[in-house]
Amino acid sequence: MSIWEYANPKKFMQTSAVVLPFVAGLAGLCLLVGLVWGFFLTPDDYKQGSTVKIIYLHVPAAMMAINAWVMMLVTSLIWLVRRHHVSALAAKAAAPVGLTFTVIALVTGAIWGQPMWGTWWAWDPRLTSFLILTLFYLGYIALWAAIEDPDTAADLTAVLCLVGSVFALLSRYAVLFWNQGLHQGASLSMDKKENVADVFWLPLLVCIAGFVLLFVALVLVRTRTEIRARRLSALLARERLA
Amino acid sequence: MLALLTRDLRLAFRAGGGFGLGLAFFLLVAVLVPLGVGPEGAVLARIAPGILWVGALLACLLSLDRLFALDVEDGSLDLLATAPMPLEVVVALKALAHWLVTGLPLTLAAPVLGLLLFLPEAGYPWLVAALALGTPALSVIGAFGAALTVGVKRGGLLLSLLVLPLYVPTLIFGAEAVKRGAAALDGTTPLVLMAGITLGAVALLPFAAAAAIRINLR
Amino acid sequence: MAEAVTLSVTGLAVARGGVPVLEGLSFALPSGKALILRGPNGAGKTTLLRTLAGLQLALAGSLSLAPESLTYAAHADGIKAVLTVSENLSFWAAVHGTQEVAAAMAAMNLTALADRRAAHLSAGQKRRLGLARLLVTGRPVWLLDEPTVSLDAASVTLFAGVLRGHLAAGGSAVIATHIDLGLPEAAVLDLTPFKARAPQDGGAKGAFDEAFS
Repeated sequence: MSIWEYANPKKFMQTSAVVLPFVAGLAGLCLLVGLVWGFFLTPDDYKQGSTVKIIYLHVPAAMMAINAWVMMLVTSLIWLVRRHHVSALAAKAAAPVGLTFTVIALVTGAIWGQPMWGTWWAWDPRLTSFLILTLFYLGYIALWAAIEDPDTAADLTAVLCLVGSVFALLSRYAVLFWNQGLHQGASLSMDKKENVADVFWLPLLVCIAGFVLLFVALVLVRTRTEIRARRLSALLARERLA
Repeated sequence: MLALLTRDLRLAFRAGGGFGLGLAFFLLVAVLVPLGVGPEGAVLARIAPGILWVGALLACLLSLDRLFALDVEDGSLDLLATAPMPLEVVVALKALAHWLVTGLPLTLAAPVLGLLLFLPEAGYPWLVAALALGTPALSVIGAFGAALTVGVKRGGLLLSLLVLPLYVPTLIFGAEAVKRGAAALDGTTPLVLMAGITLGAVALLPFAAAAAIRINLR
Repeated sequence: MAEAVTLSVTGLAVARGGVPVLEGLSFALPSGKALILRGPNGAGKTTLLRTLAGLQLALAGSLSLAPESLTYAAHADGIKAVLTVSENLSFWAAVHGTQEVAAAMAAMNLTALADRRAAHLSAGQKRRLGLARLLVTGRPVWLLDEPTVSLDAASVTLFAGVLRGHLAAGGSAVIATHIDLGLPEAAVLDLTPFKARAPQDGGAKGAFDEAFS
């Protein structure tokens, strides 16, 4: 009994069918609790007023935007090394979700930045890095869409994901070098002193858990769809052959 | 090995090879920007490093989609894949040929275009150095993008979408070096960082590109 | 080295676009012999040749071959239109480290055209140039995919002569062709019996079928 058993499409479909409702339900619950708690039951910040509450969408979305890419990197590596189709399809499934989180982070950031910095957009290193991340997601998705043969597409996008990760990291440091920004430091950190106050911190944790679960649920649904689509095309190909 | 390089150069210089198109495009950018921005010297001098770098980058991009596509069309790449030359070497040589035909002329022509954009005098050595060290990375990264999209019909637009984000670090460090140079500051740090990216790209990307070509030939 | 085996294949299965087309293919090709592949369009001749050339992976089975011993000639000849006949051949000769350009041009009756650009050649002349490339590679195993397309009768005879010379010198060839090359001594392999069966009839499953059905 190894973990790779779950990479078998049949096994994956069975397991994910059982797991999915729980993950989705828990995601909904966490988001509901976290957002209501954050929006209505926490005090306004003494400097930022109630605008600070967008943090409950902005921070988790931004975290998941990056984590989604990391997950794509890992699944791409698994596909290249172990040739599990589910792994490649999960990477494909995660990309649009990651892109959506990136766009949410950018949009909520703009809405937050307008009253705080007096501008919707600044060429701040963090903002710029996220814009560049959007471009990487778009390229990755476009490459999947452009290639007909699914295995070729999986191989090529996996290679792109590996090389792209290195360049995304380089871009991050290049951008830091290029402009020191307006953006406040990280909202969460291991150093307790730098953390946001406890009243904001707990609902934020719940929201982050909600976003992680939401990501897992969406990727599961989309991977299941991809597997069904592949199965369908396999059956059609066989029909044509017979 | 030299045979592939000379063949690619010969192909570029013969009719229809497209030599000089990139250079003409670079010139056009340098002419169009003042027409759009206005003739004011101080403004142009300020944006000259960035414009020259963006122009060079786009000019490099122009000829990339032909890098492998023509060899796939006429079957050369199939035959090269069965030849005694490793595909990694084929990729590296084709990228080198691309640089000799686009990157090098762009580097040499850049000072003249700097004149049109009122680039401050102190910036010229930095401009030439930055382009000389940065354009090889543009060619190799471009070769990787071209290898990924070689099986896609009319893949030019997709190629730009894939390659331009990869150009970001080179662009930032390259333009920064020239900007600092033009302001009579020391641009060594960004220049060295960019050269590091170039070295890394030249050393590693031919392997990724060759892998992509093998996948595409299947 | 008359009877040395240059290329042997056991239980080979090949796939086109992820769908198995041939299975259970076994043969050995001794040096000095040619093997002619027969089969209707779509039987998998090109796929088999590309698999033998190492351009695509076999689905199953094994393939043994001395390293760097084969060359492949397909529908596209790898000819650059703006280069002359001799430039085209010199390039491939240089890539393979040989110097037999003049002999190859003479053998394929191209000497008079040496300085003409490939763009100005007729289809048949281009084809002859593509076949002359085989000679400059100096490789013993030739994999030929429809080598005689657009050749006239005289050129076919010319090529058959070149091929016979290649075999006599210890070379070998696998040829997919529909026409009679005038090589009665060549073995013929009909691919029809090796058509891949559907998995439900006991055919080999691709990695894809294994996972998704």
